[in-house]
Amino acid sequence: MERRWTLYDPRLAWMLVAPVLLLLIFFLVLPIAVMAAYTFFTFVTAGVETSALTTANWHEFFTDSYYSGFLLKTLRVGAITALLCGVLGYFPAYFIWATTFKHKWLLLLLLIVPFWISFTIRTFSWINILGEQGVINVALPKLGIINEPLPMLYNEGAVILGMLHFLLPYMILNVYVSLEGIDRTLISAARSMGCTSAQAFREVTLPLSLPGLAAGLLLCFVLAAGSYVTPQLLGSGRDALFGNLIYDTIMGELNWPMGATLSIVLFVVLGFFAAIYTRYMGMSQIVKGLAG
Amino acid sequence: MRGTRRKQEGRWAWRLTGFVTVCVYIFMFAPIVATVVLSFNASMFGGFPMTGFSLQWYSKLMTNEAVLAAFRTSLWIALVTAAVTTAIGVVTAFALVRFEFPGKQALSTLVILPALVPETILGVGLLVLIKAIDQPRTMLLLVLGHILLAVPYVVLITQARMVGIRRVYEEAALSLGASRLSSFREITLPLLIPAVVGGALLAFTISFDNTSASLFWRPAGVETMPTQILSMLKISISPEINALGTVMILVTVGIPLLGGLILQSLTRLKRRGEPKEEMK
Repeated sequence: MERRWTLYDPRLAWMLVAPVLLLLIFFLVLPIAVMAAYTFFTFVTAGVETSALTTANWHEFFTDSYYSGFLLKTLRVGAITALLCGVLGYFPAYFIWATTFKHKWLLLLLLIVPFWISFTIRTFSWINILGEQGVINVALPKLGIINEPLPMLYNEGAVILGMLHFLLPYMILNVYVSLEGIDRTLISAARSMGCTSAQAFREVTLPLSLPGLAAGLLLCFVLAAGSYVTPQLLGSGRDALFGNLIYDTIMGELNWPMGATLSIVLFVVLGFFAAIYTRYMGMSQIVKGLAG
Repeated sequence: MRGTRRKQEGRWAWRLTGFVTVCVYIFMFAPIVATVVLSFNASMFGGFPMTGFSLQWYSKLMTNEAVLAAFRTSLWIALVTAAVTTAIGVVTAFALVRFEFPGKQALSTLVILPALVPETILGVGLLVLIKAIDQPRTMLLLVLGHILLAVPYVVLITQARMVGIRRVYEEAALSLGASRLSSFREITLPLLIPAVVGGALLAFTISFDNTSASLFWRPAGVETMPTQILSMLKISISPEINALGTVMILVTVGIPLLGGLILQSLTRLKRRGEPKEEMK
């Protein structure tokens, strides 16, 4: 005799979430677990490894400054990108929130449109702006401002610019969502008590929008530090980041144990920053930002 | 006097905000505009100056077999990803909002991880797993991987909408004798439509766009649209790539805009037909 199902039966819930749960287990949790085990495997030659356990990969990672240099450079580039995103993204978010412009939705839509345009296309389109045949290097000599084309492509600046381009919408939307959550009467109250608009902004609006800014910073930092395509297209070999290192180690050298080690390192380092963030901010802001 | 100076300061701050906003919008769209313009350039080289208007790069594109094959591959993967992700994502969101069950919190966190973990790591992880169990890279693997990447967005969008739908509507239907399935189909799903369509469109574009993870997961010899562009770019930027980019922009921006418009006119038609009702 089967027990009757109650209205919100947990068993039914498990059945509903089963497909997604299985996908997450087999394509996310298990791969990362296996990858963690792989870091202790022995590399024999390209594409071949044995399951003889060793700490050689970790030893190599911690002693060879080549790897730590890569990691530091990646974190530096990620941090610079995130900070620039924060500074440049706050203005548009504030503007969209505060404007009395009737077609505000248009400004918001224009922020979402880049998400629809292929990331690869958005990245390579910068070659048309910065390259030797790009807008700037064709227009400026004609105007007589420069004689030689400026070498703007294939350096770290171009990589950061490209990442800024793809991350700014994330930042703006995150800050905007958190500004939208502010009770506007608080600002009127501050103003009626004699605050200048600058003071009201500094004392009320800015602190209340910090969660969105922090979520944006974390998202931009993690996505920038994990990027692969942007350094590949807009940087030279010297501007490769940790993602490129992982790709080359696995797809080029076929050194799977070392590739797994590097992936786990990146996972742990970025996870560490995310953990600090959730420790103070919780996950809810990120959720809002992603769904918004 | 002080008051006017203060007001002036406020005005300057506001102007600065507006100025930066305009600059950011130009920054975001200038390269895309340049790419679209250059795709019509008659010049042999992918760059300025414009030497004349021409559609030759588009016709050349239409005969490029590799590009067409990649386009078909990406289209199929994206369609399957959108359909499957929407189906499993919507029921997951439904369960996460309506039901209480042990492990619900953990699952809510786990489900957004694919959006936060860098694709390189997800890519390597899955490869290492199938290497460990000695399986080849297949199309199925690539599609399931894309579904994994799209699931967080569909679940979050549906959850956000679901929270606003009161459960009494469903419970009323159930108490009047409707089965669970028909109550979901007749009551919940219609109210969820904006989230379902939005989620499906987003899943489509996420899959159609995906580059980094696809580089790891694609079976040998298979190119998706983004990986095809990437390998074409290894030589140099050409007008043909600009044309390809323009076509892609039309497809990926056009489809959601069209979807949104259809949705809007549908709801308008519906509102006209029905008595006014507040949904809160």
